[in-house]
Amino acid sequence: MKKSYKIEVDCANCANKMEEAAKNTAGVKDCVVNFMTLKMNVEFEEGQDAKAVMKEVLKNCKKVEDDCEIYI
Amino acid sequence: MTKKQKKMLVRIIIATIMLIGLKLTPESLLSETSWIRFGLYMVAYLVIGFDILKKAVKGIQNGQVFDENFLMAIATVGAIAVALFEKSGDYAEAIAVMLFYQIGELFQSYAVGKSRRNISDLMDIRPDYANIEVDGKLEQVDPDEVEIGSVIVCQPGEKVPIDGIIIEGNSSLNTSALTGESLPREAKCGDEVISGCINMTGVLKIQTTKEFGESTVSKILDMVENASSKKSRSENFISKFAKYYTPAVCISALALAICPPVIRLVMGSSPMWTTWIYRALTFLVISCPCALVISIPLSFFAGIGGASKEGVLVKGSNYLETLSQTKYVVFDKTGTMTQGVFEVAGIHHNEKEDAEILELAAHVESFSSHPISKSLKQAYGKDIDQSRVTEVEEIGGHGITAKVDGISVAVGNAKLMKKLGIDYKDCTHVGTIVHVAINGQYEGHILISDKIKPTAKEAIAALRSAGISHTIMLTGDTKSVAESVAKELGIEQVYSELLPGDKVSKVEELLAHKKEDEKLAFVGDGINDAPVLSRADIGIAMGAMGSDAAIEAADIVLMDDDPLKISKAIKIARKCLRIVYQNIYFAIGVKLICLVLGALGIANMWLAIFADVGVMVLAVLNAIRALFVKNL
Repeated sequence: MKKSYKIEVDCANCANKMEEAAKNTAGVKDCVVNFMTLKMNVEFEEGQDAKAVMKEVLKNCKKVEDDCEIYI
Repeated sequence: MTKKQKKMLVRIIIATIMLIGLKLTPESLLSETSWIRFGLYMVAYLVIGFDILKKAVKGIQNGQVFDENFLMAIATVGAIAVALFEKSGDYAEAIAVMLFYQIGELFQSYAVGKSRRNISDLMDIRPDYANIEVDGKLEQVDPDEVEIGSVIVCQPGEKVPIDGIIIEGNSSLNTSALTGESLPREAKCGDEVISGCINMTGVLKIQTTKEFGESTVSKILDMVENASSKKSRSENFISKFAKYYTPAVCISALALAICPPVIRLVMGSSPMWTTWIYRALTFLVISCPCALVISIPLSFFAGIGGASKEGVLVKGSNYLETLSQTKYVVFDKTGTMTQGVFEVAGIHHNEKEDAEILELAAHVESFSSHPISKSLKQAYGKDIDQSRVTEVEEIGGHGITAKVDGISVAVGNAKLMKKLGIDYKDCTHVGTIVHVAINGQYEGHILISDKIKPTAKEAIAALRSAGISHTIMLTGDTKSVAESVAKELGIEQVYSELLPGDKVSKVEELLAHKKEDEKLAFVGDGINDAPVLSRADIGIAMGAMGSDAAIEAADIVLMDDDPLKISKAIKIARKCLRIVYQNIYFAIGVKLICLVLGALGIANMWLAIFADVGVMVLAVLNAIRALFVKNL
């Protein structure tokens, strides 16, 4: 399952960090953060609840870049 | 400006005023060592830098030590500490560093936001609603909810929301958002329209043929929005570079602060701790990698945006990179260099009237859906009465025999004439020849040829002048047709009479033959060329208007069928890559020089600020240049 979320982040490097953090979250198969369109495309693993996983993703992203937001 | 940016601007202004005020305050009022002086400077420092300090602390807590915030925090706090220790009272430097860093950040976020908006305006083709007629009244509904086969109404000035066929009305359509073509396209009843065009003059009733999600506009938006997720080698290089660079610089700075004084101490001279710490801090400020990290993706983003404004859709920055290295361009013929529409070009060796020959041929072919029969019917131009045609027999690979008004007519190629034992005459012109025999008597032939696109010749010349060393055409058409087209266009090599599978093996042959750093681009119309498009280093699809297969298989899509756009796309890619490399060399170069100067103590904090913020601003401005591709 793939979903796209709007995000807010200030710099390209921070977007890279968010991508890395999201990829390392349990339940996320793959993730691509597009800094220019401010979008996060997340591919979830089979049978995962997107909402619950995204909460974790947000938590992990906040860890690496305090000043970011994901509109879940 | 966003709220965040405005807030930042206010903070910058306040801090600047405070800093200037404090600098202008006479020494007698604020002595160098007084705590009041320190306190006042600290207020200015916190106004401008509190968020950086906070982020740096949070970063350390979360194990993200080496980022720009950390660099800036260490550098400025260190500079203040040195000033305190030396009792010089020169805190202004630390505040200035923070101030310029923030100005740089603000500028960067403004520039990125601006180009982001530029590009999304450009791609502002997403329709917000579709009009549906309910009980004689128009109702606006979400395009997502419109089912296939519904009739939607499109008023002048509105965007066509969903692909479909016009069932009522005519109008001219502005396709510039899709193709970059400024000339409006005429559309009448029965024509297909694609979503994303703007209806300019008349009310159109459109029967939808696709769902919104499958419509051209959705596909294009999806493609462009996901474009920069495919990263180029240069981008990957930069993110890797940044990963090792920052820690390396931090360690070097630490070494710079500790080693020389210790060595001096061992050698018995004064250690000069503060001097070396100050140099190490300068070193840190210079080293900030933001110029690279921001400007490279921004260049690609701007390049992709500029290209889409010209009707060239690029699916990822890696393709832009490959395209810039293209040396081989391989073309498909039909639909790429030619219009793919067969037209009757002439009727030869006939004694009967042209119109009569055409009438008979069109009637005989009226049951066939072959492109040739379509062009015959089109040339005939009048309605066809199929009841006049009897005893139709289609002989595969030869042609058709039938009776029209009781007269037996044979229409087909040379093989058919041979089979029927009829003496025929060959044509000296290039094209597809349709022989016509009536009652077993040869009555001449109809020449049908494909028209070469008006810009095709110019396109090949443009490619050559853009430094493309090899132009090659692959076609399933006969040798004579292929060679005459190639000659007319100035294409060097031709391979004709190829089946779709042969095209793949031919491209593979070329791929094996060429050098590693010379890339091969294949240009096709995307429908039967999908395997070749994906096999080539880079696949360019023509005429994406309406062809889904093209959008799927290709890496780059030319929205209008204009082959001139190939060289344009290559030029855009080269400009973009040139900017990327300029920025990489410029930023790394200036930083290295300043780092050396800083380590030797020649560069002070002010030069360091230039090396950081100044370089970034210049790199960002340079990156934005990639957006301007109109005159390439």
